[in-house]
Amino acid sequence: MSVDTAPGASAESGQARRYTEWVFRVRELGIVAALALLVAVTAILEPRFIETDSLRNLAINASIFAILAAGQTLVLVTRNVDLSVGSVLGLSAYFAGDLLSSNPGMALPLVFVLGIALGAACGLLNGILVTWGQVPALVVTLGTLYMFRGLAFVWTDGQQINAETLPDSFLNLGTDSILGIPILVIIAVIVIVIVGQWLRDFRAGRELYAIGSNPEGARLAGVRSERRVLTAFVLAGALAGLGGVLFTARFGTVDATAGVGYELTVIAAAVVGGVAIFGGTGSVYGAALGALLLGTITSSLIILKVEAFWQQAAIGALLLLTIAFDRLIGLRVDAALRRRSARRAG
Amino acid sequence: MQAETATVQESPAAPADGRDESSGGRVRRFLGRWEALLIGLILVVFAIGQSLSSEFLTADSFTTGSLDLSEVALMALALTLVIVAAEIDLSVASVLALSSALMADLWNQGLPLELIMPICIVAGALCGAFNGVLVTRFGLPSLAVTIGTLALFRGLAFVVIGDESVTDFPAVWTDRAFGNFLGTFIPNTMVLFAMLAVGFGVLLHSTPFGRSIYAIGANEEASYFSGLRVKRIKLILFTLSGAVAALAGIVITLRNSTAAANVGQGFELTAITAVLLGGVSIFGGRGTIVGVILALLLLGGIQKALLLSESISSYWIQIVTGILLVGSVLGPNIARRVSETRRRRSSQTPEEGPK
Repeated sequence: MSVDTAPGASAESGQARRYTEWVFRVRELGIVAALALLVAVTAILEPRFIETDSLRNLAINASIFAILAAGQTLVLVTRNVDLSVGSVLGLSAYFAGDLLSSNPGMALPLVFVLGIALGAACGLLNGILVTWGQVPALVVTLGTLYMFRGLAFVWTDGQQINAETLPDSFLNLGTDSILGIPILVIIAVIVIVIVGQWLRDFRAGRELYAIGSNPEGARLAGVRSERRVLTAFVLAGALAGLGGVLFTARFGTVDATAGVGYELTVIAAAVVGGVAIFGGTGSVYGAALGALLLGTITSSLIILKVEAFWQQAAIGALLLLTIAFDRLIGLRVDAALRRRSARRAG
Repeated sequence: MQAETATVQESPAAPADGRDESSGGRVRRFLGRWEALLIGLILVVFAIGQSLSSEFLTADSFTTGSLDLSEVALMALALTLVIVAAEIDLSVASVLALSSALMADLWNQGLPLELIMPICIVAGALCGAFNGVLVTRFGLPSLAVTIGTLALFRGLAFVVIGDESVTDFPAVWTDRAFGNFLGTFIPNTMVLFAMLAVGFGVLLHSTPFGRSIYAIGANEEASYFSGLRVKRIKLILFTLSGAVAALAGIVITLRNSTAAANVGQGFELTAITAVLLGGVSIFGGRGTIVGVILALLLLGGIQKALLLSESISSYWIQIVTGILLVGSVLGPNIARRVSETRRRRSSQTPEEGPK
């Protein structure tokens, strides 16, 4: 919000945009630096940390969160929020497991398409309620968080899907590697790059920033806000649906509680990655890095045998630090941009 | 929250002619009707509940049903004030857990409960004040701050007692928390809730402090320029919210005679649901304590009815809760749209148009 990225007309705002882009890049590099530092310190204290197996697990665990954080970014950038992602993930995870255990011969791409479609449908409901219904996103997605979770409970009726009933080809997706890189990580990277470039470079993506920094201004500039916000919710839902299918591939055993409480971790990852909770700022890459950073903190605390109990406290403290830091940066950027335009005007 | 408040506030303020007043009156009349609608829903739920199970409308089912909601109900009261001021506190359930953990730790160290309980409440108030300072002095959005402290305080609760649980609290106190009031069917926790509800109701609805909470929620900038100490008031609200959450932590610990760090996970969302269902606007400036109490009664009724019913699975509780929450805002929005369309149509015939 404080960093105005809405594309302007003059060369002056072009320069301002370059300046803010530079700040973004520094912000993302900051997370990379924090990650590198964390990995280095942990590796020095406990060399086992950088063994392939340990890093592999870390990357696989962060993948699903990174995909969800990418979807959350699209919604957060428009000054909305999606609290229902954990429930959508649960619904789609059970759906995928149910499909495959009742039809073991089903083509895997079809399972993915159906799981993503289910997620997109959930996102569409959220989006319609927010845009057409004019209900605040926080209220809508808090409501659908309960609804989708309740549906999952009614649907599963206390049953769970066991790994034995799922085809090996599907479960291998969660464990196998291509050229030493886990398939799950490859999928996550591809998805994040596509969504990230779409948000960064495409007109529809840029318009999401415009809506988030200045809803009224975006509307006056001819941005079809409602349609764009709807798209953001559908994409976030679809990505949560994809996350659900991957969740089942990874863990094999799924019940109605899959993904409970993920929403707050995902939002925390996005915010740590530099996505402002009130819109207009942040990138998909930052959010994905945020998810990776949170995952790494957890893994490194475990391997350092810091009492597991400190994990949540550490993540909370990190989140508070980053928003305080972002606020500071935001104030400085504001001041710098103001000075710049004052100089030009004078 | 602030930014959204600003955009929302602009639209009703825009028409500066006589129509403004009439739509204000309409809103006010509608607010009057929101509580009425809740009462209607409660009657429907109670009727359905009774038809599902003959045990529904009994003293016993009230006792158990209200006991289950005690902590959420307590937290919802203070949260109402926070949300009316256009802020939010997602950390309440974690403060509850931290209070429970602290209680166990101090009890293990041999302190008397009579001393531990005030300490816990002070600790909770400090947690709330921490939120408040970050929001008011550092200018950070409360949604992000309290997601952070949600993790932080819950984490600290685990740091304090780990994954142990402490169960040897004195029966005098656990009986008090679990028992009923003077031999009636009303649980003691509900008496505590009623006392706090009166206190918060008076504070919000009949004191200058309460009026300033509404003013801040409706238009923070205007409140600031008219001399309200916005930051201090918000700080007080967050502190109160923390203190009440800690009190709820004491209640849940004694009521279950168990202290554990994982207690009450997800309670923050239930409490917020109750507040919003009670007609409090998420953008602040609107809502009443009475509405929230009715919403709690409605939620409790739904829960109890579905739990007692043998034909409908209790899993439906969450679905019904979600639908009600969305419907509570969607319904009025649609009604407003319909009435606006009708007004626009009627104002096209020149004589009938207002002024």
